[in-house]
Amino acid sequence: MAEMYEKTRETEDTQKGKYLTFLLDNEAYAIEIKYVTEIIGIQPITEVPELPEYIKGIINLRGIIIPVMDVRLRFKKQPAEYNDRTCVIVIDVEGILIGLIVDSVSEVLSISDDSIVPPPEIKKGSENRYIQAIGRVENGVRLILDCRKLLSDNETEEISRTQN
Amino acid sequence: MNMHENETLFEMFILETLELISQLEEIALISEKGNSVKNRINELFRIVHTIKGSAAMMNYDNIVTLSHSLEDVFYYMRENHPINVNYSVLTDIILRSADFIKNEVNQIQEGNVPYRDASFIVREIEQFLAAIKNDEKLITQESNDIPPVGDDSKAESSTPGKNRFKVVIFFEDGCEMENIRAFNVLNNLEKYADIIRYSPGDIIENQKTAEVIKTKGFEVEFSTELAMDDMKTIFSETVFLNDFKLELADSAGLNDAFTEKSNNDMEFAGPTLKQSMISVSVAKLDKLMDLVGEIVISQSMVIQNPELVGLNLSSFYKASNQLQKLNNELQDTVMSMRMVPLSATFQKMNRIVRDMEKKLNKKIKLEIIGGETEVDKNIIEHLSDPLMHLIRNAADHGIEPAEERIEKGKPASGKITLEAKNEGGDVWIYVRDDGRGMNKKSILQKAKQKGLLKAPENELTEREIFSFVFHPGFSTREEITEFSGRGVGMDVVSKNIEKLGGVVQVESVYGIGTTVSIKIPLTLAIIDGMIVRVGKSVYVIPITSIKESFKVQESAIFRDETGNEIIMLRGNCCPVIRFHEFFNINSDAVNLTEGIIIVVESEGRTVCLFADELMGVQQVVVKALPGYIRKVNGISGCTVMGNGLVSLIVDVPGMINTS
Repeated sequence: MAEMYEKTRETEDTQKGKYLTFLLDNEAYAIEIKYVTEIIGIQPITEVPELPEYIKGIINLRGIIIPVMDVRLRFKKQPAEYNDRTCVIVIDVEGILIGLIVDSVSEVLSISDDSIVPPPEIKKGSENRYIQAIGRVENGVRLILDCRKLLSDNETEEISRTQN
Repeated sequence: MNMHENETLFEMFILETLELISQLEEIALISEKGNSVKNRINELFRIVHTIKGSAAMMNYDNIVTLSHSLEDVFYYMRENHPINVNYSVLTDIILRSADFIKNEVNQIQEGNVPYRDASFIVREIEQFLAAIKNDEKLITQESNDIPPVGDDSKAESSTPGKNRFKVVIFFEDGCEMENIRAFNVLNNLEKYADIIRYSPGDIIENQKTAEVIKTKGFEVEFSTELAMDDMKTIFSETVFLNDFKLELADSAGLNDAFTEKSNNDMEFAGPTLKQSMISVSVAKLDKLMDLVGEIVISQSMVIQNPELVGLNLSSFYKASNQLQKLNNELQDTVMSMRMVPLSATFQKMNRIVRDMEKKLNKKIKLEIIGGETEVDKNIIEHLSDPLMHLIRNAADHGIEPAEERIEKGKPASGKITLEAKNEGGDVWIYVRDDGRGMNKKSILQKAKQKGLLKAPENELTEREIFSFVFHPGFSTREEITEFSGRGVGMDVVSKNIEKLGGVVQVESVYGIGTTVSIKIPLTLAIIDGMIVRVGKSVYVIPITSIKESFKVQESAIFRDETGNEIIMLRGNCCPVIRFHEFFNINSDAVNLTEGIIIVVESEGRTVCLFADELMGVQQVVVKALPGYIRKVNGISGCTVMGNGLVSLIVDVPGMINTS
């Protein structure tokens, strides 16, 4: 019985403090590994009308239909052409599956709690809303994303859609 | 007991009790109509006893108390056969108790504790029982004055209306098969009387009963409105009759080996009928359906695999045809497993009609046709609300009070017919009434008032006029009654039916009656779709919405005042919707003559859709759009095509209504 407890604690520990990092242009972002279910290469996307422009459409993931979000557009950056390095990070946030289209995926890093600091208050650009914290690593910083905000922060889009 | 066991017990209690309550209701309603409640007392007793037992196990005291008091009544009636019972009041009590228990079980289902106090109903039940017992005492005092072998006058005066007789029948020597002949006697007797009991009881199953009948004769106790002389005449006509003895019965009459005759009006198979059935959790059936859907997709991915293009593979295609046949059969079988007959839902309407009759003081008869028609289990659950609305409407709006009907030369009792039938891949349900019918003029007026007229009055077809009643808030009633007038009913009906993928239509003749027709597809999960290409995108249009498709000639294209494109279709103007404009995508064809026109229809409105190319017809598995993407106008779902890509399925009514 005690062994089982040890095992479960271990698996939890192995996920804690681990982040998947990816690149958009030259900026490095990170998301907690616990949200990530898989990483796939970019595949043909079926467009769906009337969606915000950062939701590119839907794809077929082994029979499950999931929406995909272009993170560059979400952060109001310039869109980039998809190439063979472009990846889709499939995340599961409280039961909602969604694919995040990113320029490329880097690695899985361990960032300990003491290396994490809260984000700066003032920063231009809307991407600030989605940054949960900043993680300090050897060769720089990683902007840690708040996955929930990424999915749910739809205020302006919601209003404009209901007005239609 | 661990959590898992607890939950299953819980679910089973809810399932069982709800089923038992619905059986209780059914028997009560049918028996009241057929005036034969007393023959079903045994069943009623058993049902209430089981409910009590389960409730006791789960510690739901109020349900236990209520069922116990009902049990007392049924027990008394079973043992003592009281004569002077007000069956209408009894049925009321049974139904009210059923409602109470249903409510409490619903509370339990939602996770609340059943708390309501049943003592009000319990008191009524106890009073009812006391009254019967009292009456019995009086009657037995009276009947003690009557000589045991009754003659006509006394027989008629003992119990007003119904006479109780006992007959012993002897057949001719050597006629053989006395048990079968006895059965015939019973059958014949039923036309004139209510059979209370007969001995020997197992005449059909047991050959040896023939011997018993030879020696002791066939005894039957029954009650009838006919007089003794009449019964004597009837019995003397029995085939192979040797002799019979007919006398007035008293309660302490026949003994041992009795059978309660079960009535012919019993339609449903109670728990006593042994069928090889098994109950399966709906979750498992759903999973099976999903898997079958995946197989359909997988199959197309194999057969339409781009790597096969151009290859000569006759043997392969033979094998894949076989595969397709087997898959089709698998699909049909799985879908039929989820099919449930409509009869249960239809029977529920009996209750509604009865309640409406009492509340509105009208006479209404409900006729049910085609209850054996089967529909997918998911659909059944969403049907009862719309049907209830329609039946209430028919009873409230449609059927006139008896005096009015007689004035019009109609029978005093109004009739509502509930009919279901299968046609092609759809189920049709009709709610017909022979009541007032709908007044086209007042509907048009109301529609004008509400600004709903999109075309000049005289151009509207009857169907279009009547379909205004489905508009939210539409009602030509002046006052609001408890049941209708708020204009909420029809709107809800049409929305609910649309959710099921079906359509509702109304036809009516003023003064004669109204018919509401509901058409529902047999299944939503797999549909036949027409695949169309628009630019680089591929869309699926459900075949059921398509009327025709063609390449249009320049000469048939016009523009209206606002510049919208219109196509003349056999003399009718048909607006054009360009796919790429509606969905804001790129298309190849620019001129209407370059692409293809697909004519679609919904709720009486016809529209021409313009796409680049027709790709073909195939079965597609309907999948919902991911929840994260909220409702998109004009799209009802998506599907995975043979090449693994996702296609969007067009929501034709949505597209037409938006334009």
